[in-house]
Amino acid sequence: MAIKSLDELKSLRDKLKTDINVRSSGEIESNTRVIVGMATCGIAAGARPVFAAMVDEARILEMHNVTFIQSGCMGACHSEPTVEIRFPGKDPILYGNVTAELGREIIRKHVRAGELVQNLIIGRPFETV
Amino acid sequence: MRLVTIHINDKELTVPDHYTILEAAKEANVNIPTLCHMDLGDLKAVNQVASCRVCMVEVAGRRNLAPSCATKITDGMVIRTNTPRAVKARRTSVELLLSDHPFECLICEKNQKCDLQKLAADLGVRGQLKYQGSMSTYEKDVSSKSIYRNLDKCILCRRCETMCNEVQTCGILSAVGRGFETVISPAFSLPMSETMCTFCGQCVAVCPTAALTEISCIREVWDVINDPEKFVVVQTAPAVRVALGEEFGMEPGTIVTGKMTSALRMMGFDRVFDTDFGADLTIIEEASEFVHRLQHGGRLPILTSCCPAWVKFFEHQFQDLLDIPSTCKSPHEMFGAVAKTYYAKKYNIDPAKMVVVSVMPCLAKKYESARPELTGEGVSNVDYVVTTRELGMMIRESGINFVDLEDSQFDNPLGESTGASVIFGATGGVIEAALRTAYEWLTGETLEQVEFHALRGLDGIREATVKVGDLEVKIGVAHGLGNARKLLEAIRSGEANYHAIEIMACPGGCVGGGGQPYHHGDSEIIKKRTEAIYREDAGKQKRKSHENEQVMTLYKEFLGEFYGDKAHELLHTHYTAREKI
Amino acid sequence: MSTYRMHLLVCGGTGCQASESKQLVENLQAQVLMAGMGNEVQVVTTGCFGFCEKGPIVKVLPDNIFYVEVKPDDAEEIVNEHVMKGRPVSRLLFTEPSRNEKISEHKEMPFYKKQVRIALRNCGFIDPENIDEYISVDGYQALGKVLTEMTPEALIVLMKKSGLRGRGGGGFPTGLKWEAASKNQADVKYIVCNADEGDPGAFMDRSILEGDPHTVLEAMAIAGYATGARYGYIYIRAEYPLAVHRLEVAIEQAMEMGLLGENIFGTDFSFDIVIKYGAGAFVCGEETALIHSIEGERGEPTNKPPFPAESGLWGKPTSVNNVETFANVPPIILNGAEWFASIGSEKSKGTKVFALAGKVNNVGLVEVPMGIALREIIFDIGGGIKDGKKYKAVQTGGPSGGCIPEAGLDTPIDYENLTRIGSMMGSGGMIVMDEDDCMVNVAKFYLEFTCDESCGKCTPCRVGNRRLYETLTRITEGKGTMEDLETMKELGPIIKDTALCGLGQTSPNPVLSTMKYFWDEYVAHVVDKKCPAGVCTALLSYYILPDKCIGCTACKRVCPVSCISGEVKKIHEIDQSRCIKCGACHTACKFSAIVKK
Repeated sequence: MAIKSLDELKSLRDKLKTDINVRSSGEIESNTRVIVGMATCGIAAGARPVFAAMVDEARILEMHNVTFIQSGCMGACHSEPTVEIRFPGKDPILYGNVTAELGREIIRKHVRAGELVQNLIIGRPFETV
Repeated sequence: MRLVTIHINDKELTVPDHYTILEAAKEANVNIPTLCHMDLGDLKAVNQVASCRVCMVEVAGRRNLAPSCATKITDGMVIRTNTPRAVKARRTSVELLLSDHPFECLICEKNQKCDLQKLAADLGVRGQLKYQGSMSTYEKDVSSKSIYRNLDKCILCRRCETMCNEVQTCGILSAVGRGFETVISPAFSLPMSETMCTFCGQCVAVCPTAALTEISCIREVWDVINDPEKFVVVQTAPAVRVALGEEFGMEPGTIVTGKMTSALRMMGFDRVFDTDFGADLTIIEEASEFVHRLQHGGRLPILTSCCPAWVKFFEHQFQDLLDIPSTCKSPHEMFGAVAKTYYAKKYNIDPAKMVVVSVMPCLAKKYESARPELTGEGVSNVDYVVTTRELGMMIRESGINFVDLEDSQFDNPLGESTGASVIFGATGGVIEAALRTAYEWLTGETLEQVEFHALRGLDGIREATVKVGDLEVKIGVAHGLGNARKLLEAIRSGEANYHAIEIMACPGGCVGGGGQPYHHGDSEIIKKRTEAIYREDAGKQKRKSHENEQVMTLYKEFLGEFYGDKAHELLHTHYTAREKI
Repeated sequence: MSTYRMHLLVCGGTGCQASESKQLVENLQAQVLMAGMGNEVQVVTTGCFGFCEKGPIVKVLPDNIFYVEVKPDDAEEIVNEHVMKGRPVSRLLFTEPSRNEKISEHKEMPFYKKQVRIALRNCGFIDPENIDEYISVDGYQALGKVLTEMTPEALIVLMKKSGLRGRGGGGFPTGLKWEAASKNQADVKYIVCNADEGDPGAFMDRSILEGDPHTVLEAMAIAGYATGARYGYIYIRAEYPLAVHRLEVAIEQAMEMGLLGENIFGTDFSFDIVIKYGAGAFVCGEETALIHSIEGERGEPTNKPPFPAESGLWGKPTSVNNVETFANVPPIILNGAEWFASIGSEKSKGTKVFALAGKVNNVGLVEVPMGIALREIIFDIGGGIKDGKKYKAVQTGGPSGGCIPEAGLDTPIDYENLTRIGSMMGSGGMIVMDEDDCMVNVAKFYLEFTCDESCGKCTPCRVGNRRLYETLTRITEGKGTMEDLETMKELGPIIKDTALCGLGQTSPNPVLSTMKYFWDEYVAHVVDKKCPAGVCTALLSYYILPDKCIGCTACKRVCPVSCISGEVKKIHEIDQSRCIKCGACHTACKFSAIVKK
C-alpha cells in the first residue's frame, strides 16, 4: 500500500497506535489501570475470558488511556475472578465474581463513565503504599 | 576571474581567487619549499595530494597549519610562511621522511639530483637525525628493461601515481597497504615486467628521489666500447641534442648537436651516427604506407608507431585496433637494422661483432630493443639503449669538458638528416614530417610552406585539416597516453574520423621523455626544448625526408623500392595482443 | 483485528543474538502458542536495549518487567508464570550490585535512570523489521511535515536553531553542513550516511541501524530535501550483516509504501537510497576517505577544503552525516528546535550515546544529556569500578581520544570541554581503566591501533606516529630515556598540527594526555625501570614470599622453563635470570605467596 499524503500516513498511524500503545501504556501515569487477578485460582474461576473481554471492549470503545495488567493472587480467592480498577490519584476499587459480560459492563460504566458497578464491589483491596 | 586581496608575511597583494597559497606566494616572491607538489602547467599534469606536509604555513584563524600547495586562498586571508611554528613543522616533516630513508646519498642514482636531498640541505638538516626507528625494506624491482624500483627510497609523494593514473591512464602504480607499510606498487605486487606498464617512464621523470630510476646499462656500454673485438656504432635521437646540455648546466633549449658528436667520438665509439637518418627513412616508409592505404582503400586512419610506449599501450588496451597503426619500426630500430645489414656489408664489418647503441630520451626504448620480433637472426637491431641522462653521466665520467667542446659532424653515410627528422622530437613532428613528403608525392607539386603550425603546440589533442590537392586530409595529434586513449576511443566508437594520427606517449613528445634530464617540475624546460627542435629544423637546408640523399642511396644500393619487399623485411614489424590485467 | 494484551520484547541486537536470543524468541513463541494465547500475547524482536552486559534482555509490557540474562530454556517459566499467572519470575530480574536488591522495572535501574533517549528512543521498543511499528510511533511524520509544510530554507533554519552537531566525532553543526550543501548549485547532489563505525568498542550506530533503521532512512530523506539531494548512500561496514539486513528490509518496505522513491507524499520530492559496503578500514570513517571508497578509489582522505558540501561524491555537493546524527533529526522536527535545544549544555545540545566499556560494572550503551558529568556516567549509570578497584582514567573518543584522570571526572561532557582536557567526543567510545592499567601501555595500545589504521598518505601520520609508537615500545621495555619523553612531547603536537585528516590530527592524544596526567608513571618506567601498575612484562619480576610459601611445589610444576627450585615443604625460589615472566606460577599459587613487582 502506497502512502500518497501526510493525512493518509496520519490515519494509518492512528490505526496502528492502538496496538503499540499497549507497550507504553504501563508507563503513562495518567492511565486508568485495570488489574485482573490471574493466579491459579483466578484462572480456574475464568479470569482469562474476563480479561480478554475487557481488553476487547476497550478496543471497541477506542479507549486508549487504559492499561490492562494481570496480577497474581490478590487474596480474595473466594470471589474470583477479581478485577481492580485504579484511577490515578484515587483509591482502587475491587470487583469480585466478574464474568466476561460483567467485565464489559465495568469497562463501559466504571472506567469510561465513572459510575461504580455497585453490586460487584467487594471492597478496597488494600492501601496503596 | 575574481581578484581577492590577501596578506602574505605582512605584504598585501591582489591575486585571482582560484590561486592556491603557494601560487600566491610565488607571486609575492615568497619561497615556500615543496616536495610532493607538482604542476606541469600546459602539460596538464598536477599532483596536489598534499601528502608530504612540507609546505605548511600558518593561516590566521585556522586551528592547524595549512598545506600551501592544496589550500585555496580566500578574500582577506592572512598567511605567514616563516613563523617558528611553520618552519619547525616543515623541518619535522622532512626529518621524519629522512628517518625512513636510506643514508646512501653518495652512491645513490639520484645524488645531487634528488629533491629530498636538496630540501634537507636547504632546511639545514645536519648532524644526527632527531627521529630514528625502523626503516622500510622492499625487494628491488629489476624485472623490466626500463624501470628500476627501489621503494626504500620512496617518500609517498604520489607523483608517479598521478602520472601513471591520471595523465597516462595506465593504472599500474598506486598506493597499496596501510600506515607505515604503505607502498607504491602494481596490483598484487607484480613485478613491472608482468604488468601493462608501457615503460613511458613518466613516473621516473617526476620521482623526486631515487625510488624510480632507469635500469642503467652504462657499464655494459663501456665494456663493449673497451672491447677491441667490437665495432660500436652510436646513434642519437632528435630530442637528445636539445636537452643534453642541461646535464652540464647549460641553458635549457641549447642545441648541442656538434658538442655531442665530439663527445661521443672522444668516448671511443667507432662511428657516431644519427637516429635522424632512421627518422627520414621512417618517413619514406610511413608516407608510402599512408599513400598506399589511401590509394588502395586500406584501413584508415593510419597511426604512427615510432613511440614504443604507445605501441605497448595499444597492444594492451586496444587489441581490436591492432591493424590500424603503421607497421613501420621506430626510427632507431630501422637504423639498427640498416646498420647491421647495409652498412656492415658495405664496409665489410661482421654484423655479429657490430654493437648498436642508441642514445634516447626514452625508457621504453630500452624495453623495445629487447622485443623478440625486433631482432634479426639472433641479433638485436639495437643492442643497448642509454638515456640522455646516462649519456650525460658517461661524458662526465670520461672527464670531458662538454661545455667547451668544439662542434663536429656525424659520420656518414648514416649521419645525414633533414629538418623533417629533427622535429620527430616534439609532439606533432612526425605527422608534420610525413605530411611534407606525402603532400609532394600525392600532388606532384613542391611544398613551399613546410611548416604546419596547426599541428604544433601543447594542447593534448589537436586536429587539422590539410588540403592535399583535392583531398582534405584530416589529421589528429595526441600526446600523453590519456589523450591517446580519448582519441582511440573516439575512433573505436566511430565518432572521430581521421586519415592519419600521431601519438606520443610522453607529454610534449620525446622532448619530455622519461630519459631526459630531470625537469624537477619545471615545464618551461620542456617548452624550451621544443622551441630548440623547431629552431634546428628551420636552420636546415633540407626539410623534407625524401630529400635525404643518403637515404635515397640506401634504397638504390640495397633496399630497392620504397615500401617494397626488402623494406618490409627490415623496416616493418607486427603487433601482438597483450594481456589486460 | 485483535489487540495483543501483552507484548514480550526480546532484544535482537547482535550482542544478544550471539547469546541465543533468536532461539529464545522461538521458544517464547512456541510456549505462547502452547498456552493458547497466540492472539493475546505478541513476541517482538526489537533492537538493542543497551544493557548488553546483561543480555539477552526480555521486557514484558505493559507490566514493565525487565528480565536479564534470559536463556532459551527460561521461556517456559516466563510464559507459565508471568504471562499466564501474572507472577514475575524473580530469579531473572536484575540485581543491583551495590544494594544487592532485585529490580523489576527498567526505569528503576540505575543504568537507565539517568538516561534520556532520543537517538535510541525506538531501540528495544519496536520491531525494526516491521514498518508498521515505526509508523505507529510517529515514523515518517517528520518527513511528511517538512515535505508538505516547510521550505528547505525553513528546515535548515530549524536545524540550526536546534543546535544539533555531528555525532560522528567532528561536532560540526548539522544545520550548517546542510546549508553549505544546499547553497552549492549542481545538477545532482548526494546525502551520505556514515555508518562506518570504527572506534573499538563503539557500537551505537550499529544499534540504531539494527533497532531503528527507518529513522535513519527518514532523516536521510529529510536531509535530501534540505540540501536538494536526490540520492542517498549508506556507507556501512560489511561486518555488520544484521544492520545491513535490517536496512535492506527497511528500504524495501519504505519503497513499497512510497515513503522513499518517486514523488514522496505526492510532492515533487523524490529520494532513493543505496547501501554501499565498506571493508572495515578505520580511516574510511573520515568523510573524504569514505567518499573515495564509495567511488571505488583507495579509501584515503584528501585535503579539506574543498569540503564535501562543495565537492564531494563524484565531485558533487554532498552532505555526509553520521547515523546517530540522523537518528536525532525526526524528533527535532516533530518536537521543535526549542525542545531539543533545551536539553544539553550551552554549546552542545541534546544527548549523546556512549559505549561504556572497560573496568566498569554496567557495560553497555547509554544515552545521556550533554553536560552530564563523567562521574555520573561511570559511577551512577555504570555502577562504578569492577571488583571494588580504584578508578584511574577514562578514555573517551575512541582510539585517538585522551585519557581523563580522577580530577577530570566532574567535567560536564560536551565537545569543547572534552577537547579542552586533552580528549575528545569522538563517536562516543568510553573505556574505563582502573589501578591495574598501565597508562604507558594504554597509550601504546592506542598508537598501535592508529598506526595500523593510518592510510599512510601523509608524512606525520605515516612516519610520525610510527616513531611515537616505537618510542612507547622502548619505554615499556625499559629502554626509554628522559630524552624520549621530551621528543614525544615535541613531536606529538606537530603531528596534530600537520597531519592531513582527523585521524592523524588526533592520534597523538592518548600519548599526550597520559603524559600530561600520568607523568610520574612515565618517569617510573624510564628512570626507575618499573611499571607501577604491574603490566609491562619487561619491567616486572616475580618473587616468592618466604613467609607465605608452604612448599607445595605447585609453582615449580607449572613453570614452563623450570626456573623455580625448592623441595617439598621447603621455601621455593625463582631464578630471576631464567624467568620469562609468564605468570603461570602466580596463577598456580593458592597461598598468595608469589608477588609481582
